[in-house]
Amino acid sequence: MPILHTVNKSAYERNTLESCVSKALKGSAVLLLEDGVYSAVKGGAKAGIIESAMGDVSFYILGPDVKARGLDEGKLINGVKVVDYNGFVELTVSNDKVASWL
Amino acid sequence: MSSIKKFCYLNRKAPYGTVYAWEALEVVLIGAAFDQDCSVVFTDDGVYQLLKGQDTADLGIKNFSPTYSALGDYDIRKIYVEKESLEERGLSVDDLQHLVWEDEDEDYAEKDSIMVVTKDELAQVLDEQDVVLSF
Amino acid sequence: MKFAIQVNEGPYTHEASVTALNFVKAVLKAGHEVFRVFFYHDGVNNGTRYTSPPRDDINIADSWSELAKTHNLDLVVCVAAAQRRGIVDQGEQERNGKDGNNIADGFRISGLGQLIEAGIEADRSVVFGD
Repeated sequence: MPILHTVNKSAYERNTLESCVSKALKGSAVLLLEDGVYSAVKGGAKAGIIESAMGDVSFYILGPDVKARGLDEGKLINGVKVVDYNGFVELTVSNDKVASWL
Repeated sequence: MSSIKKFCYLNRKAPYGTVYAWEALEVVLIGAAFDQDCSVVFTDDGVYQLLKGQDTADLGIKNFSPTYSALGDYDIRKIYVEKESLEERGLSVDDLQHLVWEDEDEDYAEKDSIMVVTKDELAQVLDEQDVVLSF
Repeated sequence: MKFAIQVNEGPYTHEASVTALNFVKAVLKAGHEVFRVFFYHDGVNNGTRYTSPPRDDINIADSWSELAKTHNLDLVVCVAAAQRRGIVDQGEQERNGKDGNNIADGFRISGLGQLIEAGIEADRSVVFGD
């Protein structure tokens, strides 16, 4: 039963992303939103959290939050898929349930 | 007719510094009346909620930690505490309250409600749920 | 699909309420149903009609009221959390001897059971918080 995990805090602020990924089973999805989007910037010290899990877990990022923060989509870790709010809704529908890591 | 759903209450925050721990517990207690299949998960700083010996007298705020021992009376039997979260905080299950439930099928024998699980086991627990509520 | 939404934070301090608003709009646009939006913790503060944000900023509380009106949404503010934080309707005003009330249009105050019921009835439960 694949879970859509959501993470809304930067990995540089809290351990939320690390904790979430440690409980994300193969085939699940993680959506970065709000301040969580900062974790997906390529080359950052915490980028490894996403990069090492990417084979098993699908990573998504909420485009409006990326844009709001002045982040360039081209500077995000390769393989992290940008979605809009419609995509967010689709992810909640295509996965069985949502676990928000607060 | 509604079928029974697996409800999981996900706790990641320490008590007192914020209200989430206490108000989450209130949801668990109310939720217990709905005859669903409830699990309560404590991971990351959430494990601090279960520490025994909490004394808030000098702060002048309510010590709500005794309420955890009522969970068994509300038929909440599945309390998962993440092993890695305990260990990286220098804690063990012995630092936590001893929470029990009474098994009416076994002459009301007291059984432990707390299950210390690894992060991998916790991942499986979460995978089995229908609804995950976070605070 | 039927959605149950939980909002744990109030307007402005955390992004959660705006994220939830945008999500609910997208859910409705996609043709799904929002069974209930349940406001808990500081989320109850979205239910006051007394905010006056600057005109060049969004009015989050009013946005929820408008959305509720347009789409006939059930916005529920948790009574216990509301009592702690001073979100009051007529009934609470009388019950607790307050000299006024401040609940916004489209919101109603009710118990935590409404959150659990929403989780039972909905196909998807999504929580927005900090």
